[in-house]
Amino acid sequence: MTSHGAPVVEPLLRVGDLRTWFRTPAGIARAVDGVSFDVRAGETVGMVGESGCGKTVTALSLLRLIEPPGRIEPGSSIRFEGRDLLTLSEEEMRRVRGNRIAMVFQEPMTALNPVFTIGDQVAEVARVHDGASRRAAWQRAVDMLSQVGIPDPAERAKSYPHQLSGGMRQRVLIAMALMMNPSLLIADEPTTALDVTIQAQILELLADLQQRLGLAVLLITHDLGVVAEFAARVLVMYGGQIVESTSTRELFADPQHPYTRGLLEAMPRLGQGRNRLTVIPGSVPAPTHWPSGCRFRDRCPHAWDRCASEPPPAYPYSPGHQARCHLVVEPTRLSEQHTP
Amino acid sequence: MPSATPGSVVAFADAPVAPLGPWTPPHPARAILGDPAAVLAAVALGIVALAALLAPWIAPFDPSLPLDLSARARPPSTTHWFGTDAISRDLLSRVMYGARLSLGISFIAVLVATLVGTGWGAVAGYAGGALDSTLMRIVDTGLAIPRIILLLAIVSLWGALTATGLALVLGLTGWFGASRLVRAEVRRVRQRDFTLAARALGAAPSRVLVRHVLPHAITPMLIAATLAIGQVVVVEAGLAFLGYGIAPPAASWGSIIRDGRDSVATAWWMSVFPGVTLALTVLAINVLGDRLRAALGGRQVPAP
Repeated sequence: MTSHGAPVVEPLLRVGDLRTWFRTPAGIARAVDGVSFDVRAGETVGMVGESGCGKTVTALSLLRLIEPPGRIEPGSSIRFEGRDLLTLSEEEMRRVRGNRIAMVFQEPMTALNPVFTIGDQVAEVARVHDGASRRAAWQRAVDMLSQVGIPDPAERAKSYPHQLSGGMRQRVLIAMALMMNPSLLIADEPTTALDVTIQAQILELLADLQQRLGLAVLLITHDLGVVAEFAARVLVMYGGQIVESTSTRELFADPQHPYTRGLLEAMPRLGQGRNRLTVIPGSVPAPTHWPSGCRFRDRCPHAWDRCASEPPPAYPYSPGHQARCHLVVEPTRLSEQHTP
Repeated sequence: MPSATPGSVVAFADAPVAPLGPWTPPHPARAILGDPAAVLAAVALGIVALAALLAPWIAPFDPSLPLDLSARARPPSTTHWFGTDAISRDLLSRVMYGARLSLGISFIAVLVATLVGTGWGAVAGYAGGALDSTLMRIVDTGLAIPRIILLLAIVSLWGALTATGLALVLGLTGWFGASRLVRAEVRRVRQRDFTLAARALGAAPSRVLVRHVLPHAITPMLIAATLAIGQVVVVEAGLAFLGYGIAPPAASWGSIIRDGRDSVATAWWMSVFPGVTLALTVLAINVLGDRLRAALGGRQVPAP
């Protein structure tokens, strides 16, 4: 597998045919089912989709934090910095987590342990990975807290999570994630639990740190506005698969998948007047029972019989732009609309 | 602890998950002081504990020395507050020294049970899967055997036991409930985001368990251990009463009650004083344990 003199162009992260399935009493939940994408060093890639489409399971799979009954199926590959993470031992994997790939969670209150000070929790990362002394780790924690914009970090480090606001807590989680200077940061809905002004501050902080540290970011969100502002490329997930992947510019200018279009139409925009926002009818089906053929066909206004019989492959539409929709090869069908 | 940051934003109108309430250190002392029954229990337990600790200095007589064979089986008097026993030993002194044994043995037994139970339950709860099932079936088996029968079997095979030996036997037969409790707590805390976050940052399972999970199980363990001490006092007394306690001349409360059993019709004080002391002590422990539970969170702690 590992060949010396690997091509220089290999991206930082290359996920190939990732399938993470959960064997539940209700059947096999194919939460992530054949996901492939790249993240290049230093770039921000957005991953969007509704709840239940497999974004978080994808993120946890990258860190191999899937627990039984979940399993990453054989045939999947996660190449990162020249190694396939799925072939590493658990101990080697622990040296990747928090060190080369770090993750920021959605809910900053529950992701911090209520019984330890934030300084303790940031310092712990250095103690785990570098075996740093208590004092040295604390000092590094204070430095890191100052880098993520926490005022008076030396004092603040002695606070408990409940003494901080949501935005401050999210900064603490970012400090923990960046403590070891990772090359990839997975940010899972980092701003969902925050109110709007704080959201903007946190996103600016992430963008700023990314610039300074040359970090690649996989930004998971359900908010296309966030993607538009911070990501160069976008992966749209639906039903455990990536249904469209392209540059952010092209996604907004020329979306190909009806699901992507639905998401864009559901976005509130300035100057749009008083038109009602459109919604995508229905909801994500259960991952144990994806529809046959195209997984979006139950909710798609264009679906025809081919969509039921033949699962669409990731059709190339233009360079760097793919969509899992038969409309890419049969564009005339686009004019035929019906209510799903 | 200061509450919130000045100027901090704590608006979570659209938060998908309600943030946890602020974590405040529990105040067991306050809960006990506000409750007359708890105060009474604490005072009673304090007196018994002091008498036990200071027995060598404050006991009026040697507990194992017959004083005067003409003063056998004397009723309570100003010299002998609890009377004397069938061979003229001072009962108050015997009860004080008995407290050392009864409480000391129970304390060590519960300590052993808590340590073993915590280790066992923590591993089972954290590992999950087949290991969890195996470990917990062993616990189920242990719980299915009536403890007193198990103890009688062990103790009768063993012969005369020292106090330490008895404490170990009591501890090693009494950890099943504790392991269940810890397992349940570990499984509950393991679900929480900060455990996942710790793993995502590269912490090893042992570190996650010891540092992030177990501290959250301390409170229920403390409550369960308090209540368990009361139970073990009774179990130990039961064993001693049946003649399987520690080897004489050492005498725990159970042995003293047993000694007075034959003459209960003619010399009631020989069994009534140690019996009442035992009952009141256990009652006090249970009242305090119960108040502690109410003060520290109120979740139901199953009996060990």
